[in-house]
Order: sequence, then structure tokens, then C-alpha cells
Amino acid sequence: MGVDATTPAILRPVERFGAVLMRPLGLAGGLILMFWSTLRLTFSPPYNVRNFLRQMVEVGVNSLPVVLITAAFTGAVLALQSYIGFKRFGAEGLVGSVVALSMTRELGPVLTGLIVSGRAGAAMAAELGTMRVTEQIDALETLATNPIQYLVVPRFLSGLLMLPALTVFSDAVGILGGYFVSTRILGANPTLYLRRTWDFLNITDIYHGLYKAFFFGGAIALISCYHGYHSEGGAAGVGRATTRAVVMSSMAVLISDYFLSSWLFQ
Amino acid sequence: MIQVEGLRKSFGDKAVLNGLDLEINRGESMVVIGGSGSGKSVLLKHIIRVLRPDAGRVLIDGQDIDELDEHGLHDLRRRMGMLFQGAALFDSMCVWENVGFSLRQHTSLKSSEIRDIASEKLRMVGLSGIEDVMPADLSGGMRKRVGLARAIATEPECILYDEPTTGLDPIMADVINDLILSLREKLRVTSVTITHDMTSALKIADRIAMLYEGKIIEVGTPDEIRNTSSPVVSQFVAGRAEGPIRVEGGYT
Repeated sequence: MGVDATTPAILRPVERFGAVLMRPLGLAGGLILMFWSTLRLTFSPPYNVRNFLRQMVEVGVNSLPVVLITAAFTGAVLALQSYIGFKRFGAEGLVGSVVALSMTRELGPVLTGLIVSGRAGAAMAAELGTMRVTEQIDALETLATNPIQYLVVPRFLSGLLMLPALTVFSDAVGILGGYFVSTRILGANPTLYLRRTWDFLNITDIYHGLYKAFFFGGAIALISCYHGYHSEGGAAGVGRATTRAVVMSSMAVLISDYFLSSWLFQ
Repeated sequence: MIQVEGLRKSFGDKAVLNGLDLEINRGESMVVIGGSGSGKSVLLKHIIRVLRPDAGRVLIDGQDIDELDEHGLHDLRRRMGMLFQGAALFDSMCVWENVGFSLRQHTSLKSSEIRDIASEKLRMVGLSGIEDVMPADLSGGMRKRVGLARAIATEPECILYDEPTTGLDPIMADVINDLILSLREKLRVTSVTITHDMTSALKIADRIAMLYEGKIIEVGTPDEIRNTSSPVVSQFVAGRAEGPIRVEGGYT
């Protein structure tokens, strides 16, 4: 969308502004359209069970090791840092609560979201992008198969389902990491620590985290598929699409996290 | 069977098809020739509605395909097969799964039955014993033949060939030409081929159409095209750098 040479000079800034505005608007429109057809096609046959299961493994099972390691160390460092801070005003006893609340409400879903954008989101964009530039997506159409239904629906659903599942693991392992550091290294009393953890943790804290994860999972899959699906220009184009997918889905996770949190707090 | 009327398509500021008219009769082999970037692929993709026109119509058996609903489109595509330039095989599946793809999607046949049909289609294109090979392990000529087997798996009435001989050695190119001719004999299909390979065009065509500057400028039998009076067409047929056709970049 360049600037037209025939435009009168006085209108040039307006035209530039319009050109700048077109990109985000086009992206938003494209995402909404893809979301709509994905929803519509989720409930109409044929159902691609095999693709769905394969994506569940790809997004869920294969991301699990990285998610677990990240969560364990995050829980551990959280315990360490809050211990150092809380000790200054004699509140070391609250470390367990802080770790549990932070992991379930915030860090579990967000870190899992960021890991899945980097791993599975990048893979989705690269795979769909390659299929686009090698005409495999066109080939699907000529074989009377809707590419959104065949490719995007299984990825979207597995994002939606697997992100909350991963978050449950992340929460548990994060709390365990904090427990381990507190009791083995910082000398906290295990019984007391666990009681502090459970006393201040509500089931709603866990739910709130899982709602977020559910939203993140859908958003990551949709954004990554969108960029892959619309990539153009050979190998370099696939690279650009992958970068955009990871950057944009990570941003979406972090930004929507704030708004979901403020909404869920009410 | 296929009528293209006043087809126009632009990408950005570049007008690729500029009011293109072409009529293809049932059972004939129509070859569209034209330089790289003249919009041949764009034309082919309009015939199977992978692309949609900015203006003009594509009629198949009198039906404007732009007006088809989802079911109509589905039926149309089951009646047509397309061989892509790079074969566009699904690289996550082995050969027989590629060939049997639309059978798996649209019929309730068992895997073993689909495999049998796939083997039969592979034999028709002269391949056997490669059912379980992955596409990445095949040579260019084999990939094209697997792509062709996939295109004929649902027994289409019309096959579209996008540069079927490009990138192949002359002998393999001729094998593909013979295949196109024999499929036409055996399956009685209408075929539309786009190519810039004149040897191939002259061999497989009932009629040849020349695409230039977004329009069909001449249609005729191979003999008529060979003896054309049009300087543009004769430059292309003879493959001369000098002539009315300007060489420039563009869309394929």
C-alpha cells in the first residue's frame, strides 16, 4: 500500500495515515473472519480426528517437558526472591501463599502461553506457510477439502484444550519447586509451609488461571495459523510469517493477560 | 464445457488478466501457451475457483462457478483434478495416502480399499511399489506422476495441468506427454494444460491458445499455430528473443 504519485501534496499525509491504518485493520478483519469460519467448520463434517489427535500431541505432550522445567525453576526462584523480600519485615511465613497465588493466577498460564507460542505457534506458522508457498493449500482446495477445516480447526481446538491442561501441570510443578526451595534450602517448616499454601489458595484462583489459558490457547493457534496461511514469497516469506506469528501471539498473551485479569477480578 | 468470458484479475496495481475469453469443448485437449508471468497459472486457478475473478465469468456446463454455494463448489471440484507445477504433494503423508486423499476425505472406504485404489491409479501413471515412500524421497518426475495419480483418483471429467513438463529432463517430459495423451484416451477427460514448452504443446494439443498481455490473442490447431501470421505468436513458437514480445518481470 504505497502512496499514489498523483495525489495532491496536501492530501499526502492523509493518504499515509490511511495506509498505516489499513494494516492493523486488515489483520483484525482477517483474524475475525478466520475465527468465524473456524467456529462454523468445527461443528460440520467431515471431522478430522486423526489431525486433531496429532495436533494434541504436538501442542500438548511435546510441550510438556519445557513447560515443566520452566515452571519448576519459576516456582523455585519465586520462593527465593519473596523469602529475601519478606524476611525484611518478618513475613517469611507468607512465601508459600505468594508462590501458590502467583503460579496459579498468573505465571502458570502466562509462561505456558509464551512457551506454546514459541514452540507450537512457530511450528504451526512454518508448516502452514510452507504448505501455502508449495501450493499444498491450493491442492487441498482442488481435492474438495476446505483448508481451514482440515488445517486450522484441529490446531485451534488442540490449542484451546491443551493450554489449560499444560497449565495444570505448570501450577503443580511451580508450587512444588517453591516448596522444595523453601523447605530444603531456606529451612521452612514443611507442614507450616503447606498449610500456608492451601489456606490462602481458593479453587477460583486455579479456575481463573485456566480461563486465561483457554483464551491464550485459542488466540495463539488462531494467530499462528493466520500468519502461516497467508504467507507469501517463498522461504523468506515463511520465515517472516513465523516471526510475526511468535511475536504477535506472545504480545497477545501478555496484553490480553492484563485485561482478562482485571475482568476476572470483579 | 468450459467458457471463460471477459475474465479480469489484478494483483495490487498489476493487471494480470485483462478481459480474457476462451472456450474449451468437452473432451478436447486445450493448451494455453504464454511467457513466464503472462498469467497462465492465474487463468488455471480461476477455472477451479482457487482464485475468483475481479470481473467476468467462468462457466462450466453453463453454470457460473462464482455463484456456486459450498455444496456446488464441492461437486465441481470432485469433477475436476489438477496437477500442480511442483506437484504439491502433502509432505506429511506417504505416496498412497496422497493419492487416496480425497477418497479418505469424502468416502467411507476402508484404508485397505483406498490403498488398493491408490495402487491402481499409480499403475496408470506407470509407478508401482512406491506406495509407502514419502514425497520428499521422490525425484521430480515421480512427484509429478504421483500428483497426476492423485488428480485422477476421483475419476474427474476434466484435468488441469500446470506446467506439467517444466523442470523435467526431455525424456521424462515426453513420458509425461504420453501419459497426458493416454489418460485422455482411457478416461475421456477434457484437459486444459498451460505450458511454455512448445514441444509438449504441439504434441498434446487439439487446440492451442496463446495468452499475451492478459488476453487470448490467437486460438488454433497446432498446425495453424505453427504457421501463424501473428508476429507475437510466431516469436513465441520459434523462441526468439527479438520481436514484439517485451521481456519483463511479472506474475505467473
